[in-house]
Amino acid sequence: MSVDTVTTAPPTAPDRPPSRRRRPRSREERVWGTLRVVTIVGLALVTIVPFVYMLVLSVRPIAEVLLEPGRLWVSPSEVTTDTYREVLTSVDDGGQGFLQYMGNSALVATVTVVVTLVASVLGAYAVSRLAFRGRGASGFLFLIVYLFPPILLAIPLFVLFSQLSLRGNLLALAIVYVAQTVPVAIYMLRNYFATIPVSLEEAALIDGCTRFGVIRRISLPLSMPSLIATGLYVFMIAWNEFLFALLFLVERRDNWTVSLGLSRLSGSIEVPTTVLMAGSVVLTLPIIALFFLAERMLVEGLTSGAEKG
Amino acid sequence: MPRTDTLARQESRLAFRLLSPTLLIVVVVVVLPVIWTISLAFQDVRLINLRDAGFFGEYSLDNFATVFGSAGFWSSLWTTVVYTVGATLGSIAIGLIAALALRKPFRGRGMLRAAMLLPYVAPVVAVTFVWSVALNPQFGIVNAWGTRFLGWDEPVPFLSQRDYTVGLFGVDVTVPLALLTVIAFEAWRYFPFAFLFIIARLQALPGELDEAAMVDGTSIWQRFRHITLPQLMPVIALLTILRFIFTFNKFDDVYLLTGGGAGTDVVSIRVYEFLTARTDIGAAAAQSLVLAGVLVVFIAVYLRTAAARGETS
Repeated sequence: MSVDTVTTAPPTAPDRPPSRRRRPRSREERVWGTLRVVTIVGLALVTIVPFVYMLVLSVRPIAEVLLEPGRLWVSPSEVTTDTYREVLTSVDDGGQGFLQYMGNSALVATVTVVVTLVASVLGAYAVSRLAFRGRGASGFLFLIVYLFPPILLAIPLFVLFSQLSLRGNLLALAIVYVAQTVPVAIYMLRNYFATIPVSLEEAALIDGCTRFGVIRRISLPLSMPSLIATGLYVFMIAWNEFLFALLFLVERRDNWTVSLGLSRLSGSIEVPTTVLMAGSVVLTLPIIALFFLAERMLVEGLTSGAEKG
Repeated sequence: MPRTDTLARQESRLAFRLLSPTLLIVVVVVVLPVIWTISLAFQDVRLINLRDAGFFGEYSLDNFATVFGSAGFWSSLWTTVVYTVGATLGSIAIGLIAALALRKPFRGRGMLRAAMLLPYVAPVVAVTFVWSVALNPQFGIVNAWGTRFLGWDEPVPFLSQRDYTVGLFGVDVTVPLALLTVIAFEAWRYFPFAFLFIIARLQALPGELDEAAMVDGTSIWQRFRHITLPQLMPVIALLTILRFIFTFNKFDDVYLLTGGGAGTDVVSIRVYEFLTARTDIGAAAAQSLVLAGVLVVFIAVYLRTAAARGETS
């Protein structure tokens, strides 16, 4: 046994102002402290390195990568942007057409966000402010949408869209995304509405405002942070989605989303890996940029129910 | 009192009006398709006669016979269960460890906390692509480092080999390599989700109990085991059920990493294959119903055991 165990550590006088730094750390604390540092470094490496790898491969020439696959850095002399040029140029000009795919993804995601927000603001307001029969059952909505495998929904939607000739249509795809995102959006917004004092709305109602007026003039401006966070989350889901895009759009190359484009091309051997890495960066960057802009709001919006256990 | 009654009714009517867009979309895109799937599962529908596919038709149990009788059905179901349990436990365990490590402030915690969410927010197609390149036996960085620094005799085909034999303490152990890799990916991608929820709860915990136990001379491990962990159990239980449902239904991640090959053919990939490769829509619908049914059974069992445990403790 070494000297500095818990029992031998001098007890700190209770009347001294608490200063954690000065108290000698016991061996137990040092062991756990070291473990903690190792864990933190390990987690940082595990989460960040794959993205660094993505970025590095996207600017290295393919011949260099095949020659030296183990390098995680890139020397300034070998940096190339040809990969990005190739991946973004349209198919007609000999590229991979990712600029167009980005446009498609942005369109689908934006439509999804707008429709979802409109529907979920109204829905969340009803669930959090109005008394009606079946209000308690709104959690059921959640269950129904997320319990069934998306692939189960995909089959009849595939049949339906084929019959209506809507397969390959970006707006039809957006409607499917709305159904997938509206329950979680209502959940996030409802949690936020619950924190806005009702008295404000009641005052406005007494002053002769209509319910829709209340939502538009009071609830909406006050819940801006939550609206942004929810909108962002929905955008992320729609931008990243793969299965429905694969099923509905695969035959319409001009309507491919970025996710679909990347997955389709990564199967072929003609496109060099580094070019596809550039495609991955192009696919990931908008999401990461948006995420870092609104990270705090997003995290609070998602977990605001979790503190209560 | 008739007046309050009408007021209440007014409010109720307004609520339904406000909810109607949501309900409309959910009914059209979720509820009706589910019902239609049930109907399709009992019909003989193929891609060729898709035009005539409707709600009513000649019902039979043939599709279920096809599904249950097809080769590899049970092994696929088993694969799904192993994959789901492994990925759920893995992501929650790492998420818990991460939350404990980041509980107390340090310089750069905010940045790291945000960075740790990257695997979760990044597009699945991009991260699966990075993983498959990194694990590639010819030009992947993992195998390059493994053979150079870790003394691997030859590159390991992480995503394309079903069984891999490793010498462990002198004993040869065969592991389902591709399946383990896919589970590791899933744990990596979803630990941030668990981390977020657990750290939110962790930081809302009152400190008094912990301090009292500290004064009593308990060890750090004891305080975690008997004070912190029990208080985290509700959120961990919630995460378990959420992650279990989502992982059980998962298609993208496995499909993009292995295409369902090398012993990773989870049920949702079989559904996809029935649908696209065999163009047998009826069998696909039957298979996906079986998937949903098994999931419901699992959840029911879980909830009952959880309720029973709640009553006894």
